[in-house]
Amino acid sequence: MKTLLKLLLAVCIFAAGIFTSRFLWPEKVASTAQAPVAKLFQGATKRSSGMNNTKEGKVIEVRNGESIQQAVTKAAPGDLIRVYPGTYKETVYIDKDGITIQGVIIKDEWPTLEGDKKLNDAFLYSGNNFTVENFRIQNFKGNGIMGQGGNNYVLRNNWIINAGVYGIFPEFGTNGLIEHNILTGIEDAAIYVGMCDNIDVRHNQVYGNVAGIEIENSRHALVEDNYTYDNAGGILAFITPGLPVKTAYDIIIRNNYVLNNNHVNFGAAGSIVSQLPAGSGVIVMAADDVIIENNFISGNNNSGITITDHKYGANLSNDPESDPNPDRIQILDNFMTDNGNKPIDRVKALMATQMSTKGPDILAVGGGSGSCIRDKNRYRSFGLDNYSQCMMASTDSIISYLLAKPLESPVVSGEMKGKMAFYGVCSGCHAFSVRMVGPPTITIQALYKDNPQGIADYINKPTHKRADYPEMPPQNYLTPETRVAVAKFMLSVTK
Amino acid sequence: MRRTLLFIVIAIVLFGAFKFYQTYSMQTRRSSFQLCDHCPPGFEQTADNRCKLSSMYQQFSSLKGKGVGGLQTALPEMHDGFSPQQIDLGRYLFFDPVLSADNSLSCAGCHKPEMGFADGLAHSVGINHRQLKRSAPTLWNVGFLNSFFWDARASSMEEQMSGPLFSPSEMGSTPEKLLAKLNNIDEYRQLFSTAFPGRKKDDTISMLEVCRSLAAFESSLVSLNSRYDHYAMGYHEALSAQEIEGLNIFRSFVARCAECHTPPLFTNQQIAVLGTPEPEGLPLDIGAEKTFRDSTMRAGFKVPTLRNIDKTAPYMHSGVFATLREAVDFYNKGRGHAVPKGEKLYLHWHIWDPKLTDYEIDRVVDFLKTLDDETFTPQVPAHVPSGLKETHTLSAYNQNKNKTE
Repeated sequence: MKTLLKLLLAVCIFAAGIFTSRFLWPEKVASTAQAPVAKLFQGATKRSSGMNNTKEGKVIEVRNGESIQQAVTKAAPGDLIRVYPGTYKETVYIDKDGITIQGVIIKDEWPTLEGDKKLNDAFLYSGNNFTVENFRIQNFKGNGIMGQGGNNYVLRNNWIINAGVYGIFPEFGTNGLIEHNILTGIEDAAIYVGMCDNIDVRHNQVYGNVAGIEIENSRHALVEDNYTYDNAGGILAFITPGLPVKTAYDIIIRNNYVLNNNHVNFGAAGSIVSQLPAGSGVIVMAADDVIIENNFISGNNNSGITITDHKYGANLSNDPESDPNPDRIQILDNFMTDNGNKPIDRVKALMATQMSTKGPDILAVGGGSGSCIRDKNRYRSFGLDNYSQCMMASTDSIISYLLAKPLESPVVSGEMKGKMAFYGVCSGCHAFSVRMVGPPTITIQALYKDNPQGIADYINKPTHKRADYPEMPPQNYLTPETRVAVAKFMLSVTK
Repeated sequence: MRRTLLFIVIAIVLFGAFKFYQTYSMQTRRSSFQLCDHCPPGFEQTADNRCKLSSMYQQFSSLKGKGVGGLQTALPEMHDGFSPQQIDLGRYLFFDPVLSADNSLSCAGCHKPEMGFADGLAHSVGINHRQLKRSAPTLWNVGFLNSFFWDARASSMEEQMSGPLFSPSEMGSTPEKLLAKLNNIDEYRQLFSTAFPGRKKDDTISMLEVCRSLAAFESSLVSLNSRYDHYAMGYHEALSAQEIEGLNIFRSFVARCAECHTPPLFTNQQIAVLGTPEPEGLPLDIGAEKTFRDSTMRAGFKVPTLRNIDKTAPYMHSGVFATLREAVDFYNKGRGHAVPKGEKLYLHWHIWDPKLTDYEIDRVVDFLKTLDDETFTPQVPAHVPSGLKETHTLSAYNQNKNKTE
């Protein structure tokens, strides 16, 4: 309860901070809105907080009755979109880099994205360096916040209620921070990190979902200081077979409250989480190098910690490329009590073999090797016979799994871009010395000698010049810089 | 009477002259086969005469180098690096019916350039009008794939080729027969020695070289410049408002299309068990269960690319859906709705009951059509070195049509 209060207090301080910041630094909101926030919390000074927007752009304000999407359409990398309290009924998609969408909370009035159970998703992003914060997101059918492919994301201080299948679901992204969100009523995982690298999931409150926090086929993930209760399962670290990225390792689950996760499992038929036994605290399925440390795990009726392989854990198609066993799991000191009060039949049968009517604090089933536990005798456990004593005492030296600097997109010179566009586009119609669809490159070189701009202008808006050739379609989808780069490259081609 | 005789004589002379001309022109034509010395569109020619893919997608990266992600994500590694001559030789082979046992059917018989390198049939048709069990997949972007056939039973393009070439119900040849025929055609011997300059002068054509040339040609079939790609590169005007709506439904977690048909290739190259219906009267196709000897993969098939999908109806391994709309609608009819009674299938977890509206299904179809790009379609050779003409196509098609009607 104390933690809950603390968290609420934190959220309030944060909101107040944002609110007052408007008066204190009205001009520089873009640069200050993120940095002071993280400092409120412990360890923040050592983390790469406010890692996102290095560029400073303009501020675009959205007020009740206006469209957030229109602001995104107008925005350029580095811009900050500030959304004022009100109800916004739209799916906002962000297919550009460096956009921050920040709710403005005024006297606890939140900007709300309302899906009315008609809209699919609230936020869909693919751009890098994306931040979304301070929203209330409710009644969507798909996801609250979903990312495909964006790196360096910050998803925080959002209040996500009954928002569909996943609350927060970044996929295929490197370097992401998910913190200070409250999520409930989600029919799969409230926070689902899928096929990502270098992720911190911290200070979130997740309750009343099928699964609380799931780290799946991801690496270098820190799940810390979260408050997960009343879900069917609290915290999950999975390798799911059949996905293109096959591994999950280097995951720390630390300092979390994992309490009374006994909610009835209301997962959709066929979903993987629908097979979770209600009453599961922490579940590791097939993931490797998972460290579970200093968590409060209590009141989970089936089992406090479950370590399983694919055979026991999943009713899925096998994947020959996916290792089904959890290896090198380290269970360090954890505060565990009162787990296993109402185990499922399968677990009950296992426990009966060692004369226990209660379910275990820690249950390990199936294959896996190289795992260890500290002070095993503290717990009621099953299947830990081949677990050794852990040598490591703590993970204190690891403060964060975020990258020290944002992941930069590969640097591509103008010349390279020109080359890519030439072969990727122009070469479809222009061969070097022979006629294809359009005139040969040599002919064009003769016409536009030392005049790349001439080519750049022409391809943007071609006119029909040669009666014996078809009219060229405009290449206006290339950026002006790329058009010049490709023109220069075309003039330099020698074969 | 005399007139008739004269008429006959003239006819014979004319016919003879025509025949002579035909043979003569065939000879001149034959000796005029030249292999292209520059790379096909989409490829840069390196100093050592190799063709390397050059694409706008190369300015991006991808997680673990897997080539799956969002809009600005790198492609998976490609099977490229062939010489222009090998690619062009592959083009001749691809369109040459000499590769089949009865000289009736070329690769292009089932992978027609004008039909998205598929054939428009639910079940393709091999030599002697043998109806095959599955539909011919597109070859667009096949050079990026790491498994082949609907049931993923081959792991390289070269390995894949021996499937159709030597299957009795497809092209029906044998390696010995095929090589004997090719080695008997002077033109081919010459072309192979040009395309594979390292070999000894009197070396005969090898199967490895045939497969390598075909792989070279097929890997040149690149389609990455659709209107969708223009959008992905940042030109958002490339798609209409309705098409963007379609994109958002496609990647939403309600429809979940993008979870398996993941950009940039619109496939994650995994096996998925969908539970699509088989055409009436046909038994369940067990798919990948056979390949992996694993019952949990029963009726599993490789996730196909969706690029140029508008061109390759009918859909699914069995061609059971005639239109894109029907194919999309399948996913909206509920998990397992078409699984035969008594079958235990491990249906993919993303098969669920999304309850898309008709309007949403239409928008997804709109979006799928933005993946069309055939600008790099290669030229069909006017003549092939064997001098043979494809005779399979039309009769097979009619035969099949009659059957299904």
